[in-house]
Order: sequence, then structure tokens, then C-alpha cells
Amino acid sequence: MKDNNKIMRPFWIIVSKEISDQIKSWRFIIMVGIILLTCFGSLYTALSNIGDAISKVKDAGDPFLFLKLFTVSDGTMPSFFVFISFLGPLLGISLGFDAINSEFNRGTMSRILSQPIHRDNLINAKFMASLIVISVLFFVMGFLVMGIGLIAIGIPPTAEEFMRIISFLLLSIFYVAFWLNLSILFSVCCHQAATSALSGVAVWLFFSIFFDMIIKIIARAMAPNPGFMQRTQLYGEQNFIMHLMRLSPTHLFSDATTTLLLPSVRSLGPLTMEQVSGAIPSPLPLGQSVLLVWPQVTGLIAATVICFALSYILFMRKEVRAR
Amino acid sequence: MNQNVIELVDITKKYGSFTAVDHLNITIKKSEVFGLLGPNGAGKSTTILMMLGLTEPTSGSVSVCGINSTTNPIEVKRKVGYLPEDVGFYNDLTGIENLVYTARLNGFSRNEAEESAVKFMKRVGLSDDINKKAGKYSRGMRQRLGLADVLIKKPEIIILDEPTSGIDPTGVRDFLNLIVELSRQDGITVLFSSHNLHQVQQVCDHLALFVHGKVIADGNVQDLSVKLFGNEPFIISAGISLNGNNVNLEEELKKIEGVTTIIREKDILNIGCSKDVTPEIARVIVNSGMNLNYLHRKEYGLDEIYNRYFEGEEKHER
Repeated sequence: MKDNNKIMRPFWIIVSKEISDQIKSWRFIIMVGIILLTCFGSLYTALSNIGDAISKVKDAGDPFLFLKLFTVSDGTMPSFFVFISFLGPLLGISLGFDAINSEFNRGTMSRILSQPIHRDNLINAKFMASLIVISVLFFVMGFLVMGIGLIAIGIPPTAEEFMRIISFLLLSIFYVAFWLNLSILFSVCCHQAATSALSGVAVWLFFSIFFDMIIKIIARAMAPNPGFMQRTQLYGEQNFIMHLMRLSPTHLFSDATTTLLLPSVRSLGPLTMEQVSGAIPSPLPLGQSVLLVWPQVTGLIAATVICFALSYILFMRKEVRAR
Repeated sequence: MNQNVIELVDITKKYGSFTAVDHLNITIKKSEVFGLLGPNGAGKSTTILMMLGLTEPTSGSVSVCGINSTTNPIEVKRKVGYLPEDVGFYNDLTGIENLVYTARLNGFSRNEAEESAVKFMKRVGLSDDINKKAGKYSRGMRQRLGLADVLIKKPEIIILDEPTSGIDPTGVRDFLNLIVELSRQDGITVLFSSHNLHQVQQVCDHLALFVHGKVIADGNVQDLSVKLFGNEPFIISAGISLNGNNVNLEEELKKIEGVTTIIREKDILNIGCSKDVTPEIARVIVNSGMNLNYLHRKEYGLDEIYNRYFEGEEKHER
């Protein structure tokens, strides 16, 4: 109450209003409900299977026990990071699909823009508000899983594990931000909120289900009989398929998270025997893992920025009319 | 004293090949209630959006309070309150929350914003509905809330775009009275756009008749009638009924000095004259032995101005 006399900049006033709109809306409550449920579900499976994991750990000398909380699964229920890569996009789409067009449909756009604010304040603030909501949500979830895991297994995470989890959370935020921007872009283009929501969901389904299938079909069509192939040919073939796969943001994200959460992952592409020979089969340090996924992270950020830039330009050029 | 607060100089707005506003010149003086009158699609809203800097004119310059709207819209929007046609609010927020949001966007602190929101909701007669969700407001209440929303930023100019469309007649009357009261009390300049003639006539000091992106006439209501009607400033309509003897009444009436035209529609005679000859007309009709049911000297309303213009236009098109 003490700063009620403070005059805030219009940008932050819009941000705070948008945040309160978001967290009071039913769709957000439902999405958070689903995500929390799956989060606890996967935590439960992880905890009940961590015993097996520990016994395996002793064989391989894998010190990253705590990270197993996020990745272990017995096959009945996917692990935490799989859930995030599946539900995160839906969260992003649900936060952004009616950002701009609902303002037009309610007739509030011309009223707000006739206030002394810059036009881009509105779209920037909407993006910022949703980003803040996502960030808070993900950090809360991540720390919840860590906290419960800590109580349950009683082994504290090492500094490196902690950093890996933080970078995983940051990466998830970027990933959801990509879908958020994509749905904001649709909300600028489409007049109806329903159209933009459906377009967003369609793109999400395409990348999470159909894209892999299509790539497999292409791969099968292109591949000659492996028996007649040179080793270099096979290598090139594999690389080409990998590159095609990496056009999908979903794939970029799962590549990146796998590397961050499973330190034993040494490469994301095919390795030749020459490259493997002489390598010590030990987990990579965090810096090396990050280096490995740097292209993926850059790609995700670039896709996010492109979507935002497009929606920004389209919004700035949009004709403002009463309804 | 009479400084010009809004000056539109030779502005044109084109959407592709369609010209929405065509070399328009309008000057609005301080504390005036200015009516922008025209049919739907005449370019009124486009003109207003250009004044606010929400749309850029294709050519020409717009200045509001001496500030160029195209290059410096933020400063203009600080001084101008705009009530769009069919104003919308955030339905999940209460009336007062909507106002507080607007006020804070205009640089009020939360406390100031809440105080003035309550004050203005009282002023527009919504003090009972302060904490009701804006989604539950009726159309008329939304318009009142819109007016409060415009006033809360303490504007020098308010622009109302078709503010009365969709409100019932009583609501319209109250709303118009409120506007006049505000403009008189606070010295706010009001720009009122409408396609409804009577409403504009009731409240405006000055008006511009706007068709196809052009102002075809401007001035006060009397000026306009002189401009458009020239030699026939008066129309007297007489309701008569023939009781058998069919005297040639029209011939008799035409003998009166000043009567120029007579148009008969069944039992009503519309007599156009260059000066006020109502008593003579009454005498002639009574002497002719007909029943005079009523005699009415028409003020030139905008209806006539409007009809006259469109008749002229149709002829022109033929």
C-alpha cells in the first residue's frame, strides 16, 4: 500500500493489468491444473523408480542422481521433461492466442490506443506479461520438483546439477515463449480468437506428431538399400535427416533438454567409430553440454524473435478502427 | 480569445484507390461544441482517427492544440479524450477498475486515479454501479462509463464518435444534456460526430456537413439554412380539409406577396416563402371557407438541410 502514490510508467501498468488478467482467467487455471497434475504424476513415477536407477548408477559411475528426478520413467508415465515439451506449447498458445484480436473484438483497442501510450507499448507489454507468468510458473514447478525430490531421496543436488536444472528451466521458458509469440502472431493476423487458437494448435500438432512421420517417410523414400551404401554415404544420409528434423522447434527443444539433463549424451548427431575411439565414456561437464546444444538454443531464440518481429510489424501497421 | 484548437489543413486520406477524406479543411474554436454531420461512410471516423494520430493522412496536416497529430500523437492524446463508437470495456473488471486503468495510463497514481474515478462515475450518474462488472452494464451505461473514461484524463478536447447510437431516446437526451453541461462548465471543446440530425442540432454551436469525404457546408444551423435554401428561408405547412366547395386555394395563396412555392401532399400544403407571412396565409385559408386544422411554421431543421442536399445530389447524378 505504501507505493500507491507512485506514478508508474504506462508500460508497467499494462504489464501488471495483463498479468492479473492472465492469472485470473479460467484457461490459465485449467492449464496450470493439468501441468501441475502431470508434474506430480511424473515426479511420483520418478521417485518410485529411482531405486532401480540408483542400482544402475553404481555400474556406470554416473554421479548425476538428482537429475534422474526429471528424466526417469518406467514407461507407464512419461518423465517430467517430456511432459514439458508436450504441454509447454499448449500453455504458450493458450496465453497468447487472443492477445490482440480480443482487444479489437471487445472494442477496447481504440480506447486504449487513444490514451497517451505508444502503440508498441501494448504488444510489448502483453508479451512481457505472459513471459513473466510463464517464467514464474516454470521456476515454481522446477523448484517444487526439486524440493519434493530432496525430501524424498535425501540427497542434495550438486552445484552442477543445480545449474543444469536452472538452464533446463530457462530453455523451457524460451521454448514456451516461442509458442507464445507464434500465437500472438496468429492473434494479430486472425480476426477471430477461435481461428487463431485453432491455427496455433494445428501448428503444435503438426510439429509434435506429424512432422516426425513426414521426415520418416522422406528418409525411407530417399535411402537406398543400406547394404549397398558406403559408410560416408550413410553418415551423410543420417546427417541430412537430422538437419530436417531440426527444422522443428519441438525437436530442437528435446535435443537441447536431453543434453542438459543427461550429461552422458556426448553428441546429437551420428558419430563415426574414429570419433568415438579414444573417448572416455564419462559424462560431459556443463560447459561442454551447453556448447553442444548452443546451435539448438540459438535456433529456438531466433524462431522466437522472428515471430515476435513479424507480429510487431503487422500490429504497428494494423488499421485501428472501432470494432 | 477565440483560438483555434483543432486545425485540419487540406487533408486527404486514401485507402488504395478509394478516397475516404478528400482535401478537407476544418477549424474548431476553443470551447465550441462542433458537430460533424454526415451519413455512414462519409469519412467522419477516419477524420477523427487522423486527429488522434491513430491513422496518418495521405497528405495535408492536422494540428490539435498547436501540436501536430501525425508526428507527435502522444502529446495530442494527453489533451484529447476520445469516445469511440460502441465503446468497449474489459468485461471482467468492474466499472471503476476500468476507469482507474485509464487514469493510470494517463500518469495518475493509484490513489488519485481511484478518487477521480469515483468522482466521475458520480458525475455521469453511475454511482450505484461502481463495483459492478463492466460486462453487466447496459448499452446506455457503457456509453456513460465511456464518457467518464474520457473525462477522467482531464482533457481539453473531447471527441465523441457517434456516441448516441443504440441508446433509447431518454438516454440520448440525458447524454446530450450531460455533454452540453460539461462543455459549458469546464470550457471543454467538444467534437461531436453523428449521422443523427436532431441530436446535432440540439447541442452543437457550429456544424459541418460532411459527405463523401468533403465538407459541403459549415456554419451554425441558421447559416446553413441560408446557404442551402437561399431565397426560401421559411416553410409554412398548413393542414386543411376540403368541405365540399373546391375553391382554387393555391391560386389565392400565390397572390400573397412573398409566397414562392406551394407543394400539396393530400391535406397538407407546404408553402415556401421568402418572408414570414403566416398571418396572411391563415386569413386566406379561413376566408376560402376551408377547415384549417393546423398551421405550423417550420424551423429549418437539419432534416430539411439533409433532404435538400441529397435531392440536389440525386439531380446532379442524373
